[in-house]
Amino acid sequence: MTMVAPTSQTLIGHFEKGLDAPICLTWELTYACNLSCSHCLSSSGRRDPRELSTAECKAIIDELQRMQVFYVNIGGGEPTVRSDFWELVDYATAHQVGVKFSTNGVKITPEVARRLAASDYVDVQISLDGATAEVNDFVRGEGSYATAMRAMQNLADAGFTGFKISVVCTRQNIGQLDEFKAIADRYNAQLRLTRLRPSGRGADVWDELHPLPHQQRELYDWLVAHGEGVLTGDSFFHLSAFGEALPGLNLCGAGRVVCLIDPIGDVYACPFAIHDEFLAGNVRDDGGFASVWRESPLFRRLREPTGGGACGSCSFYDSCRGGCMAAKFFTGLPLDGPDPECVRGFGEQLLADRDDTAKPKPIGDHSHRTSPPRPRAKTGPVPLTLSVRRPDAPPAHACAESPLAGFLPQANAEACVCGADH
Amino acid sequence: MTPLTIDHVVQLHPRVSVRPEPFGALLYHFGTRRLSFLKDLTLLAVVSQLDGTRPLGDALDAARVPREDQARYLRALSALAASSMIVASGATEVAA
Repeated sequence: MTMVAPTSQTLIGHFEKGLDAPICLTWELTYACNLSCSHCLSSSGRRDPRELSTAECKAIIDELQRMQVFYVNIGGGEPTVRSDFWELVDYATAHQVGVKFSTNGVKITPEVARRLAASDYVDVQISLDGATAEVNDFVRGEGSYATAMRAMQNLADAGFTGFKISVVCTRQNIGQLDEFKAIADRYNAQLRLTRLRPSGRGADVWDELHPLPHQQRELYDWLVAHGEGVLTGDSFFHLSAFGEALPGLNLCGAGRVVCLIDPIGDVYACPFAIHDEFLAGNVRDDGGFASVWRESPLFRRLREPTGGGACGSCSFYDSCRGGCMAAKFFTGLPLDGPDPECVRGFGEQLLADRDDTAKPKPIGDHSHRTSPPRPRAKTGPVPLTLSVRRPDAPPAHACAESPLAGFLPQANAEACVCGADH
Repeated sequence: MTPLTIDHVVQLHPRVSVRPEPFGALLYHFGTRRLSFLKDLTLLAVVSQLDGTRPLGDALDAARVPREDQARYLRALSALAASSMIVASGATEVAA
């Protein structure tokens, strides 16, 4: 991204007040996924029965075209498992909405790779969280490294250059940054490093996966050395307090220039903030996505000036801006204070003093129920919640024997909130 | 690419879209997948004048850029040319 101006005025002020349409829109098409990554930010696994239909997705694309949202970052879940995935990609690109989609590679066959290589309007991002199978499969599940490498080989063989390899930086893989770069170079791809957030199932494993303080420094130095050659999605601006600012806007864009549309049409302030606290509305509401983006009280609030709170007096506030809102929220820290990974150590102090009940209860767990990737940190007796028919909801009919009679999706989603609290 | 002068004839790359914003505009190049920000409404006015037939000097005049500011705007336009957002007329097939 470049900024072109004959004058030196800052853009940050404009971005903080929000734009008429997002610059960076993430759209998660499904919660269904063939994997069960332990740090999944959207707690994906099972498809939500309320998922947007093909027609509803196309209506959103029409709206994005009207709003001149130039491209969307499609994710999930595993978006390619939707049977209408390619139809939606074709529809978007035919309507001046470019697509970059994130995938674990499961559907990137040689044939699909050739098709992708032929399109200028589609970019692909393969998720890889370890430069070796051992490190990758530890978080993404057995066989996932082989799947990703096969997909990359197919893309390279098809002549698709410059696809992205997206790595969530963890305690286990910070030492592999050079190896990741070598993999990207080998496949003529571009490396993208992003920050682990304690969102979704990430809340369960953040304590054991998030980089240690000396690794943060190692990561920062590596990013500075590699400059704009490595993408970061602007996700490490909290590290700017180490010294010079990293390339990018160095700004929390949540609700200002960034947002998320989830598989059921809920609009959240950012992809890492899937929680009622950051829910702005739903694309199925009157006025659609545009009015959620422009008028939701939450987004309006996020666009108001902030003073920096407890961080306001820190000499690094201008570069780090208090860090990531989602990281603070899901670790139970106040939103107007330091990031849990504040490089000056203020976050660690707060975490140590934190009352464990301060952490928010996650919402919307879509995890697979039958085969978790590995035993969770605290396995024990399975807590059962016996359902009781609401007194105001009579039986569907007198002889309703179907276990699904009277099924309420909303109530079901509530009932799924379990097991993630630790 | 050499810096642009008032005599160059350029146009917006056909695969670039312009989204006006209160501060100027967002430019997106569908070929290179790069985003640029025009941080100035006058610069947007200049870019809007680029039709590939008249020299840049005409576009600067039409956007009422004062003579003493021309050099700064030419530098900004040269930066846009360096990322293929604007191209010399008839040369649209180069650089994605």
